[in-house]
Amino acid sequence: MILSRCLKLNRKKTRNNHLGLDDYFGQDVYVPPSNGYIAISLAIALMFNFLPFHQDILVFRPDFVALTIIYWSINYPHKMGMSVAFTMGLMMDVGNTGILGQHALAYCIVVYLTLVLGRRLRIFNVMQQAPQIGFILFAMQIVTVLVAVSGGSDLPTWHYFFATVAGILLWAPISLLLSTPLKQKSDPNAL
Amino acid sequence: MKTAPQFFRHGPGPLARLFVFVLLSCLLIAEDLRFKYFPELRQTIGVVIFPLQKVAYIPIHIYDQIEELIASLYLVEENIKLKQQYMEDREQLLKLHALEAENAQLRQLLGAVQHIETNTEAKAVLAEILYTPRDPFNHKITLNKGSYHDIQLGQAVIDDKGIVGQITQLYPWSSEVTLLTDKNHSVPVQVLRNNLRSVVSGMGKNDELELRYLSVNIDIQQGDLLVTSGIGGVYPPGIPVATVLRIERDPADDFAQIISAPIAGVDRNRQVLILSLAQSVPDDPIEMPKIESQKNQK
Repeated sequence: MILSRCLKLNRKKTRNNHLGLDDYFGQDVYVPPSNGYIAISLAIALMFNFLPFHQDILVFRPDFVALTIIYWSINYPHKMGMSVAFTMGLMMDVGNTGILGQHALAYCIVVYLTLVLGRRLRIFNVMQQAPQIGFILFAMQIVTVLVAVSGGSDLPTWHYFFATVAGILLWAPISLLLSTPLKQKSDPNAL
Repeated sequence: MKTAPQFFRHGPGPLARLFVFVLLSCLLIAEDLRFKYFPELRQTIGVVIFPLQKVAYIPIHIYDQIEELIASLYLVEENIKLKQQYMEDREQLLKLHALEAENAQLRQLLGAVQHIETNTEAKAVLAEILYTPRDPFNHKITLNKGSYHDIQLGQAVIDDKGIVGQITQLYPWSSEVTLLTDKNHSVPVQVLRNNLRSVVSGMGKNDELELRYLSVNIDIQQGDLLVTSGIGGVYPPGIPVATVLRIERDPADDFAQIISAPIAGVDRNRQVLILSLAQSVPDDPIEMPKIESQKNQK
C-alpha cells in the first residue's frame, strides 16, 4: 500500500521535474522592472486609492497601494525597500486625513511580512498566493485599527475587513496587470 | 565588510530594518496625536499628492458633464420649478427684511450695538468634495479650495440644509473639513423652540450627534430643531444643525442622554459652501453688560 503510494508520488515528481522542452520555452520570461516603472505603478495605485467614489463603486475599499507594494516586494524584494513603503504610507495618511504614520507603519509591516514569507510565496502561482496575501492584508488592517484606536477612535464594525476580501479578489488581476509589461516572449528559434 | 563584493552586501536584516521604521512611525504617530511640532511636514506631503487627487477626481468631472448633458434635456421643466421656488423664497426674504429692520429698530431702542448686518451678509465660496476617507476612523472630507482661494482655518462649511463642519487643515489648493460627526468636534447650538443653549458633539458615527451634560429634567422634545447660537464666533448664528432624534431620561443618571441627527447631508453631498468667519465676536461681551446697566437704571 505504502509502496504503491510512494511509487505514485515518485511518478508525479518525475513528471514535474522533467519539464518538456516545449513547456520550458512556453514559460514567460520576465524582464526586471525599472525603477521608473515601479514608481509609476505606485503613483497610479495611490491615485486609485484617492478615487472619490468609495461610497458607491468601491464599497469594499481595497487598498491598491498595499497590493502593489506586496507584489513588488514578493517578486523583486531588492527593488522594494521599506523606505519606499514608508513614504507611500505617509502620502496615504495625508491624503486620507488620518493620523500621520498610521499607514506608514502598516505598509512597513507589510513589507516585512512579505520579506519573511516571500520565498515561500514565490513557489505558488497567483491563484494560490491570493489567500496568503489575504493574511498579510489582514495583519495590515489590524495594525491600522490599533493605531486608530490609540488615537481615540472607536473600533470599526466588521465591515471594515471587507477590504481584505476585496484585496484577495483583486490580487490576481493586479499581479497580472503589473507583470504584463515585463513579459518578454522567448523565441525558441532565437539561437 | 569593505572587502565583500557588491553581491553579498545586503545591509541590515529585515527585522532590524522593520525595527527602525516601526520606531520612526511610532514617533510620527505620537507627534501627530499629541504635539504637532511640524505642521510643515503634512503641508509638504499635501502639496505633493495634490496632483494625484486632482487626477483621481477626473472621472467624477466626466460623470458630472454627462449628467449635465442629460439634465439639459429637462431645462424647461426645471426652469418653471425654479421660478416657483424663487417666488416662494422671495416672499420669505421680504418678510426677513421687514423683521431685520424691526429688529434693528428694537435694538437701537435698547441701545445695543448693531451687529446683525455683518452676520447676515456672510460671504460664501462654493467648493467640491475632492475625497472622503476610506476608513471609518476619520470623519473628515477634503475640499478643492485652499489657502490660494483665501480660505482660512476655522471657517464654517454648510450645504443647502445646514452645517456640515469646519475647516481644520489648510493646504495651498485643498483643505480638510472636520465633519460634525467627528468625535472631537462640537458646535454651540440653541434649541429653536425655547432658545435653550447647549453644545452638540459628534460621536464618531455617521448619523448621530450628542447633547452632553444636560440635566434629566431639561425642556427638550423629540423633533426639536437645533440651530447654531453664534457663541464662540466660529459659526454664524441661526443655521440649522440637527434635529433631536431621541431622549433617554434615566433618573439614575446625572444627565439625560439626548441623541440628535444632523440635518445637512454630512456624508452625501458633492458640493458645499464655505462661509467666511463671523466678525461680530468682540461685540458680544460688551453688549451684554450695556443692556443690563440700562435695565438697572430704569
